[in-house]
Amino acid sequence: MELANIEKLLEKYLNAETTIQEEKQLRLYFTNDEIPPHLQEYKPLFNYFEESKNDNFTQNIRLNTNENKETRWKWLSVAAMLILFVSVYTFIQKKKEYEAQEAFAQTQEALKLISTNLNKGTYAAIVHIESIEQNQSKIFKNPKQ
Amino acid sequence: MKQSEFLKLVMPFKDKVFRVAKRMLVSTEEAEDATQELFLKLWKNKKSISKYKNLEAFAMTVTKNYCLDRLKSKQAGNLKLVHSNYKEKETSLDKKIEAKDSVSKVHEIIENLPEQQKLIIQLRDIEQYEFHEIEEMLNIKQTAIRVSLSRARKTIREELLKQHNYGVS
Repeated sequence: MELANIEKLLEKYLNAETTIQEEKQLRLYFTNDEIPPHLQEYKPLFNYFEESKNDNFTQNIRLNTNENKETRWKWLSVAAMLILFVSVYTFIQKKKEYEAQEAFAQTQEALKLISTNLNKGTYAAIVHIESIEQNQSKIFKNPKQ
Repeated sequence: MKQSEFLKLVMPFKDKVFRVAKRMLVSTEEAEDATQELFLKLWKNKKSISKYKNLEAFAMTVTKNYCLDRLKSKQAGNLKLVHSNYKEKETSLDKKIEAKDSVSKVHEIIENLPEQQKLIIQLRDIEQYEFHEIEEMLNIKQTAIRVSLSRARKTIREELLKQHNYGVS
């Protein structure tokens, strides 16, 4: 393509008025090695654009992994909740049991105290009665005999 | 829709999505993540895919929004995009192109353009979309796109000229 035409296209290019087709012409022109000095600065520009098109996405598109991850997290959280509930439940149960045992022990203790005291009481009473009987027998010397 | 059908549908523009994402996010890893994310999104909404007249344009819109979100969250978190592919890119260009310095210079210049101009340059000059397609993707009027594009092209050219003259003198 003649130089005048290229210059005109470049002018249009800078004003963003070129069509895709015209821009392709420019690209093609600047792959050429013999560029007039006053247009040198355009060469790296168009070369760069051409070069940049070769940067490709090389990974495989993953459509499942993240979803799996998500469901895994979901199940993990469910399991964690379950463990939490079970442990809280057993804790409460254990506490209740402990409290019951405590109460049982306390009542037992109380009952023991009462019973020992009661025993003491009967013993004292028996001693008393015996002493009364003795005294009585001292005072009333065999009244019936 | 089966997975194979879906893949057949999206394969033609997977590279374009990747390149657009890379243009915006710079890092290859980030761009790969963005691409995977996009296809996963499309796959999850596969029932409504047939509603879109132009799936490719829709994919580009989603990609653009995703990348902008990424950039925003990075900025908000006061983090810089970590990327390790500067060197790699340069060496691959080294081999292929004689005018290596000026070519990687173009990359750098585009990198420093405003986000929107960067995107428009990518869509028009690299992916070679028609203006009405870009209009659909970015939801910007064609006239506005042309203004942005013209500005971007002129900036790149001026920067290259500066570089060129500097090299000569």
